[in-house]
Amino acid sequence: MALRKCGNLFAARLVGSSARSASTMTVRDALNQAMDEEIKRDDRVFLLGEEVAQYDGAYKVSKGLWKKHGDKRIIDTPITEMGFAGIAVGAAFAGLRPICEFMTFNFSMQAIDQIINSAAKTYYMSAGRVPVPIVFRGPNGAAAGVAAQHSQDYSAWYAHCPGLKVVTPYSAEDAKGLLKASIRDDNPVVFLENEILYGQSFPVSDEVLSDDFVVPIGKAKIERAGDHVTIVSYSRGVEFALDAAKQLESIGVSAEVINLRSLRPFDFESIRKSVHKTHHLVSVETGWPFAGIGAEIAAQVMESDVFDQLDSPLLRVTGVDVPMPYAHTLEQAALPNAGHVVKAVKKSLNIA
Amino acid sequence: MTKFLSLVHLERIWTQTMALFARQIQSLRGPAALATQQVRLASTEVSFHTKPCKLHKLDSGPATSVTLNKEDALKYYRDMQVIRRMESAAGNLYKEKKIRGFCHLYSGQEACAVGMKAAMTDGDAVITAYRCHGWTWLLGATVTEVLAELTGRMAGNVHGKGGSMHMYTKNFYGGNGIVGAQQPLGAGVALAMKYREQKNVCITLYGDGAANQGQLFEATNMAKLWDLPVLFVCENNGFGMGTAVERSSASTEYYTRGDYVPGIWVDGMDILAVREATKWAKEYCDSGKGPLMMEMATYRYHGHSMSDPGTSYRTRDEIQEVRKTRDPITGFKDRIITSSLATEEELKAIDKEVRKEVDEALKIATTDGVLPPEALYVDLYHNTEAQAVRGATIDETIVQPYKTSADLLKAIGRA
Repeated sequence: MALRKCGNLFAARLVGSSARSASTMTVRDALNQAMDEEIKRDDRVFLLGEEVAQYDGAYKVSKGLWKKHGDKRIIDTPITEMGFAGIAVGAAFAGLRPICEFMTFNFSMQAIDQIINSAAKTYYMSAGRVPVPIVFRGPNGAAAGVAAQHSQDYSAWYAHCPGLKVVTPYSAEDAKGLLKASIRDDNPVVFLENEILYGQSFPVSDEVLSDDFVVPIGKAKIERAGDHVTIVSYSRGVEFALDAAKQLESIGVSAEVINLRSLRPFDFESIRKSVHKTHHLVSVETGWPFAGIGAEIAAQVMESDVFDQLDSPLLRVTGVDVPMPYAHTLEQAALPNAGHVVKAVKKSLNIA
Repeated sequence: MTKFLSLVHLERIWTQTMALFARQIQSLRGPAALATQQVRLASTEVSFHTKPCKLHKLDSGPATSVTLNKEDALKYYRDMQVIRRMESAAGNLYKEKKIRGFCHLYSGQEACAVGMKAAMTDGDAVITAYRCHGWTWLLGATVTEVLAELTGRMAGNVHGKGGSMHMYTKNFYGGNGIVGAQQPLGAGVALAMKYREQKNVCITLYGDGAANQGQLFEATNMAKLWDLPVLFVCENNGFGMGTAVERSSASTEYYTRGDYVPGIWVDGMDILAVREATKWAKEYCDSGKGPLMMEMATYRYHGHSMSDPGTSYRTRDEIQEVRKTRDPITGFKDRIITSSLATEEELKAIDKEVRKEVDEALKIATTDGVLPPEALYVDLYHNTEAQAVRGATIDETIVQPYKTSADLLKAIGRA
């Protein structure tokens, strides 16, 4: 009798778990699936970067792709960012659709002239003669214990430049839909992933699993509806915002969390609509505060009717204005967390 | 080494023999001309001798005996004259302050562009730096398009959106303002050619100054690793802006700087040598042997750009000497006249025609209108809905009235 019950339980768990695994996905797998599908769909698409082929990707994002698609579509490059980014842009000039991976965006600084001067500006300078359908992707921002030179957040740097599109996925659905949209986009896209999010699982619908699932670039998503305060963020910051929203719920504060999904084009309209409802605004980012994304949101709010809708000023939650230290306690102290978001919301609402 | 020496030895015997039959006009032009003898072949084709190419990691190179027919002779002469006149007109426009910003003139280097173009086949591509006006014209733009772009008018190649350094045509990827950026870009175009299994090459030009850029070595490494059909061509005109090659480069043998990539040094003032070498290089690349590096020994008469008189780091005598003894157009003119491929009258007629073409272009370049203010906002994104573009103040933020130059031009009747 007990054995049968155990057997039933076991069977139920099997069924339950397979149903669950069909509807959750890690960000890593979402990115992998997006690239796999787009490479299959359009023979002009190819991936190049360090360790993307035989190593299966430094962070295993491109795992299995080389075995499936071969040397022509998945290309291991030498450690020469300026060179291979330039080659990728040249290939895009000539009509291919490269995905150029930077092992982290810290290394993109070596190639930044090609990203800005060759990719971002060429369509404009050429009066539309030369479109540049390229995606630059890779992990951006702090990881874990990799210290100052490997932890910088480039959101503000790339979002600053006209001619680029800048996309910042958070969930697995974001990752898949936005990467597919970016690859199909005829413009240079800087696709800022986050290493810590790679291993995180998110629930995904069947629609997300289909091979034509695309999320439009430049449109934010309301991750959680609320009435008392708007918390706007992107990438890993959304995790802190959602955690904070949960904590705030227990003290009766209803927070609306906006996941920007893209930084350029920027969906200010989603912020406007939300603040018209909540009259309180907090921004969350992990990058440095000076001239960062929160600063841009503040400026846009000041210059619009959203200013009149606010019952208190925008408050920003950001990374600390220092290079990233190594020691774990220091590193933790250099980054924002859900606690900071809760504090900011409480200050905005003037509650203890 | 020995092969090269014996070639020179043979050359000397040949030229001494031919000297007996050389016309006086050639002897007046100096010893260089004696090395470029010609032999009349049947009908309107003549054979010429060119200076041999120096070779790096190659057992054989381009032929030094070159044939030229009348049709090509007249075409090459005309092409070089158009570039010379067009650049001259640009220089004058700049002095009249009708061109702003940067203006880098190609005068003196015509044989490089015209010679390479003569060896190109359909589907080949070119990318260069900012000394690009001559190339832009050669690769399909009209003289009007080039000059009007310099003066920022609607009739310009990119309607005034780009200017001197940013002009484009089919298979011509500019016009690039950042020194060296075009080096990996060109390798990338070649990658696309290989990807599509085309039998083409991408000619990737850079100067002696850019020859020291790190990204050249990065691009060369990948080009060799992946057998990309790219010709890295150094147009060595002796100066990187105001710095003579000996002061910028630990090695001035630019055709050897590819190290494991074979290279050819070419007399860049001799359009036939350039054409022959480029033909040879193309065959090399097309046969799947990978990239090649070429060095064109050439010279620019003007300064680095129009803001450089070009005489603080070299003497006027040096410039005059090159004009007198090595000018690519005069040298070619002498050859085709003395070999009876062309007559003085035919060439004079071409000169007149070229002058007319450039003058007409000048008229448009100085009188055409400029793009309306809405043009500021066009060409931001391809195939994307109209964007709101932040203006100088928040109140001047507008949604793009037109998304592309093409749309705007159509709307104002300038399609």
